[in-house]
Amino acid sequence: MAELAHPVAHHFDDAEQQHEAGQLGMWVFLVTEILFFGGMFTAYVVYRSLYPDAFAHASHHLDVRLGTINTVVLISSSVTMALAVHAAQTGSRRGTLVWLILTALLGTTFLGIKSYEYAHKFHEGLVPGPHFTYPGPDAPQAQLFFGLYFAMTGVHALHMVIGLGILAWLMRETRRGRFGPAYHTPVELTGLYWHFVDIVWIFLFPFLYLIGRH
Amino acid sequence: MSEHVVPVRAYLTVFAVLLLLTAATTWVAFIDLGRLSVVIMLAIAVVKATLVVLFFMHVFYSSRLTWLVVSTGCAMLLLMVVFIAGDMIVRLVPTDGPSEVASPPPEAFSIGALPSPGRPLAPPEH
Repeated sequence: MAELAHPVAHHFDDAEQQHEAGQLGMWVFLVTEILFFGGMFTAYVVYRSLYPDAFAHASHHLDVRLGTINTVVLISSSVTMALAVHAAQTGSRRGTLVWLILTALLGTTFLGIKSYEYAHKFHEGLVPGPHFTYPGPDAPQAQLFFGLYFAMTGVHALHMVIGLGILAWLMRETRRGRFGPAYHTPVELTGLYWHFVDIVWIFLFPFLYLIGRH
Repeated sequence: MSEHVVPVRAYLTVFAVLLLLTAATTWVAFIDLGRLSVVIMLAIAVVKATLVVLFFMHVFYSSRLTWLVVSTGCAMLLLMVVFIAGDMIVRLVPTDGPSEVASPPPEAFSIGALPSPGRPLAPPEH
């Protein structure tokens, strides 16, 4: 076997129990993440229900085309991540590496499009703060919208950046032949994290870009 | 190891459904369905998230303990949203028609330090 043997820590009965514990620990972390993002979504829903017209008007300043493209990019990166896990499970080192690289490329594409959108907002003066310029009487509420927009997409993008760092580490470890059918927990757990970040965007997209659009 | 290897075909099927639902939600956003469109878009997002959790994140094939942790997280999120939404609804929706109870003054619709709906935010005081 090409892969290196992975030791079972002394407090586990066997490799399977160790694997289960890793999965469970990751899910507990993801539950804290659900509630972390949930808090921001709840804040958004509260302000949106207070100022529905102002928020609908402000959301027209977002580019639905770019938002849709980014949704497709991120969903695609989720599939490539799932296929990387599959390749690790079935013992294809080359497959794992290729799918991980594709996932990182799609993740970088997402961040590239996002930064283009951010730059555009900066030029338009839609960044909350002293230089916020907004046409129309509901500028204060629109500033609230863009504050939430930047906070939510910013924290989401930060998660993506962290994910890309972990992907880079996974690529190095995959090249070293550390993962195979018997041990690939880091690939799986990174997959869980990456899919979670995808789910956050699945909600961010309609909430920020689509509601009140027609 | 007894873990379940999800077939590639399942991943690709879920991927296709996710893309279709993305197209559907974008389409719904541009047609006038009134308040229904929010409900449809939210429902689509929930279906998409569920598909990702069940198949990409393997929960469909996971142990009962994982199911328990995932559903507890979702239940807590639901509690937070439902109670806060309930609070918003009783504050924001005025009762119509005559009632023995006098309708609340406009200030009742403001929440703490928040301004009343429709009124601009006051500039910060320094």
